[in-house]
Amino acid sequence: MTTHTRAVENWTLQPLTDFVRESSVRMVLVLTPAGQVLAQTGFSRAVDVMSAAALAAAIVASTGELARQLRQPPFAALSHQGRKHGFFLASFSSERGTLAVLAVYDLAVSSLGLVQLFYDQLAADLKAASPKSAVPKQVLAADFERELTDSLNTLFGR
Amino acid sequence: MSAALDRVTRVRGVRGAMLVSAEDGLIVAEQSMEGVKGATVAALAASLAGRLQRAMEAAGIGSSVFWHLQGEQGALLVVPGGNAGGEGILVVAVTEPDVNIGLVRLELLRAAEAAV
Repeated sequence: MTTHTRAVENWTLQPLTDFVRESSVRMVLVLTPAGQVLAQTGFSRAVDVMSAAALAAAIVASTGELARQLRQPPFAALSHQGRKHGFFLASFSSERGTLAVLAVYDLAVSSLGLVQLFYDQLAADLKAASPKSAVPKQVLAADFERELTDSLNTLFGR
Repeated sequence: MSAALDRVTRVRGVRGAMLVSAEDGLIVAEQSMEGVKGATVAALAASLAGRLQRAMEAAGIGSSVFWHLQGEQGALLVVPGGNAGGEGILVVAVTEPDVNIGLVRLELLRAAEAAV
């Protein structure tokens, strides 16, 4: 498995590289709540990125709805920990619109505390780096497949 | 747990103490940690504990029972309380540079016994 970091939008590259180095996470996706991937680390197959992005977007949507039904602001972060691995999913607002970060970590080399700690820095760095004039682009259903293919080609250097 | 930390923070020169989950690096309890980034110390101490544990296993010298990291403006003292696999609680104290290390160590060991 490669730990090479690839970005569709280059401004995400340095913050994500720093986050991976500091927190020792195994895999990361930076994505929009619609499931559009901006950058990834640690995924070796396009199909895994597609699956993880779709599932992460679904979790963001379902927890957002859960928060709405509880009449609360959206949950800031979600953590799920197994015997060997954990995942951390959190979202924040930026000039690029709302962004979500999905991080998968190995409990032998990292921890929830470490991921949370450096996630705060990642979110701050991404907010600072996001293009100020960027208007979040609406991904239409008709464009979705082409956008997805283009993103995956960029992420896997095709 | 709070009483165990009380005894640690009563030692002159101790700026604060906390119990940290060794597995996930999150604070379980803390006292008097003004001016200390508790969450940061907890996460990094747990990370260091895991690496030290593996280093000591590799060196064949068993588990760590106490660490003392001396800085220019103070010290970080840690007693891992838990099983040999590193799971359990870390008892962490942040101190002034001129603290009585032996006394803090004793109270940290007592706190670790009380916490496990």
